[in-house]
Amino acid sequence: MSAQALRRLVLAVPALWMAAFFLAPFAILLTIAFGQVSEGLPPYTPPLRQTPEGWRFVPSAESFALLLEDPFYIEALLRSFRVAAVSAALCLLLGYPMALAIARAPERARMQLLLLVMLPFWTSFLLRITAWIGILQDQGWLNAALLALGVIAEPIPLLYSEFALYLGMTYGYLPFAVLPLYASLSRQDPDLLQAAADLGATPFRAFLQVTLPLSLPGLLAAFLLVFIPAAGEFVIPELLGGPSAQLVGRVLWTEFFQNRDWPLASALALALLVLLVAPIVLLQRRLGGA
Amino acid sequence: MNPPRDKTFLRVEGLRKRFGATAALDGVELEIAEGELFALLGGSGCGKSTLLRCLAGLEQPDAGRVLLAGQDITAMPAFARPVNMMFQSYALFPHMDVAGNIAFGLRQDRLPKRDIAERVAAMLSLVQLEGFGGRRPSQLSGGQRARVALARALAKRPRLLLLDEPLSALDRNLREAMQRELVGIQARTGTTFVVVTHDQQEAMAMATRLAVMDRGRLVQVGRPAEVYEQPNSRFVAEFLGAANILEGTVTASGAEGQHIAGPGFGILAAGSAAPGAQVAVAIRPERLRLERAPMPAPPAPNQARGTLRGVAYRGEGFTFHVVLEGGAELRVSQPNQRRVTEAPVAPGEPVLVSWDDEAPVVLTS
Repeated sequence: MSAQALRRLVLAVPALWMAAFFLAPFAILLTIAFGQVSEGLPPYTPPLRQTPEGWRFVPSAESFALLLEDPFYIEALLRSFRVAAVSAALCLLLGYPMALAIARAPERARMQLLLLVMLPFWTSFLLRITAWIGILQDQGWLNAALLALGVIAEPIPLLYSEFALYLGMTYGYLPFAVLPLYASLSRQDPDLLQAAADLGATPFRAFLQVTLPLSLPGLLAAFLLVFIPAAGEFVIPELLGGPSAQLVGRVLWTEFFQNRDWPLASALALALLVLLVAPIVLLQRRLGGA
Repeated sequence: MNPPRDKTFLRVEGLRKRFGATAALDGVELEIAEGELFALLGGSGCGKSTLLRCLAGLEQPDAGRVLLAGQDITAMPAFARPVNMMFQSYALFPHMDVAGNIAFGLRQDRLPKRDIAERVAAMLSLVQLEGFGGRRPSQLSGGQRARVALARALAKRPRLLLLDEPLSALDRNLREAMQRELVGIQARTGTTFVVVTHDQQEAMAMATRLAVMDRGRLVQVGRPAEVYEQPNSRFVAEFLGAANILEGTVTASGAEGQHIAGPGFGILAAGSAAPGAQVAVAIRPERLRLERAPMPAPPAPNQARGTLRGVAYRGEGFTFHVVLEGGAELRVSQPNQRRVTEAPVAPGEPVLVSWDDEAPVVLTS
């Protein structure tokens, strides 16, 4: 086999992967979104269908129109973005000092500390979120501890609140923020901080003027890595969040499985995808040009 | 040669620093006068960079003191010291342009914007980088980066500038040009320079005085010519330039000096060791003359007899490799003053090596 044929073969693997697991589902999603609700299995009629007059392409924009008309969907999207943004910000605030401490730890300790960051992944995500219910509920560990210490007189409702939602989101996504931040911070040349100190910068000013600006790409990567999955998160708001937290993940679930409105759910999923991808593409184009 | 006491600008007293089991600094004593260009010379791991970093405040010594203009700065943090450093890696801030890099130290002092701009412009012209203020470090050549690093370190007008292997990243021609430029800038600004280098040519070409370091100690301190001509130890003799070391026995001592003999050579050198003493003598290869041996005879003082083993043509001259009767080896280098491509003596021939009275230096340690 020639080197060129081999190279094509190697490149064909990821190309096929993308085609099978991204492009094909995306095409199905598009088809459903432009279809119409109907009784039966599947519960929709595709835009390209056989009519008595033969094959016809009759796309329907009904679902997209409904998305724009009913403020419920737009509000769910906006609320999801807000929750994702706040969660990402909390993850950055907590993750940055952690990543910085790991990056500056003695070399032998670094791998162990990184392993600790990734350790939660060894337990089922669902179990870990369920465990938080045990901690946060009225008869839970946290309330019991606070009662025993005499800090509170009666249990305070912690579960099913905004607090529990953000706690769970931050807990679940923190490793996704720490890892890219660590990658960025550990790559920084330690000479730069010494040069800053040598030129008269106190440690705090050296951090603000050298470490922080140089880690901006890492901060951006960490933010996106939390924000994107958090925007569509279903499990954490469902298990820990309050009833008012109608996030887009819950809405998708309801439309697909309860209302069986597949076209609307697909349209909503597409809207979420476009809203998440478009800013990143624009950003990349701007950064690539600079 | 130490500078007169009242002019001592930088004083290092009993400086010690250990990294684990190794002593990076093992009781360093040093005095440097204002306006000197002082070179710290030594191989890798000799402690020269640690000493420099202790002066900068980037490393804290275990014991000893650093005094700058009479003030004890040993405990002063790096950012508070009136000392700046040019880093071996240059350590330019990649997210700032050239002007931003040079202005960094001035901004820490919260100087007015106009003063900063003026100083940056003056620094750019000092290092001949006018018009480069808006460039990023990544857009500069190695030589230009070195200039920016120098300008940034000089921008705060430090009284003491530390340079850690400042030119080691540059190729040879550029390095020699930058050496001259550094010396010129040092003379113009009057700043005291302490340069760390492993390049003995660089140290000798630039420094007013230099110190040779080995295993955390200053082995010898003096003007370059002094240290080169009168090395006090085998280490200095071999580290600074090339040296032949001959080991022999003192046979007689008198008014004219001491006679030292060994297998195949005889030396008359300054000094008066007792007869029977074992001594080591250093002779520079360029001080030796070589000729085809006329006839077998015991060597006269300051002569050696042996066999030519090999000849290396170096372009600017020849290096002859001679093995003496007792097995000792001598390197003899001769400049190519005329256009000669053929060595005057062929390998295998018996040769006579001779030198002047002042060429041999008896090593004290």
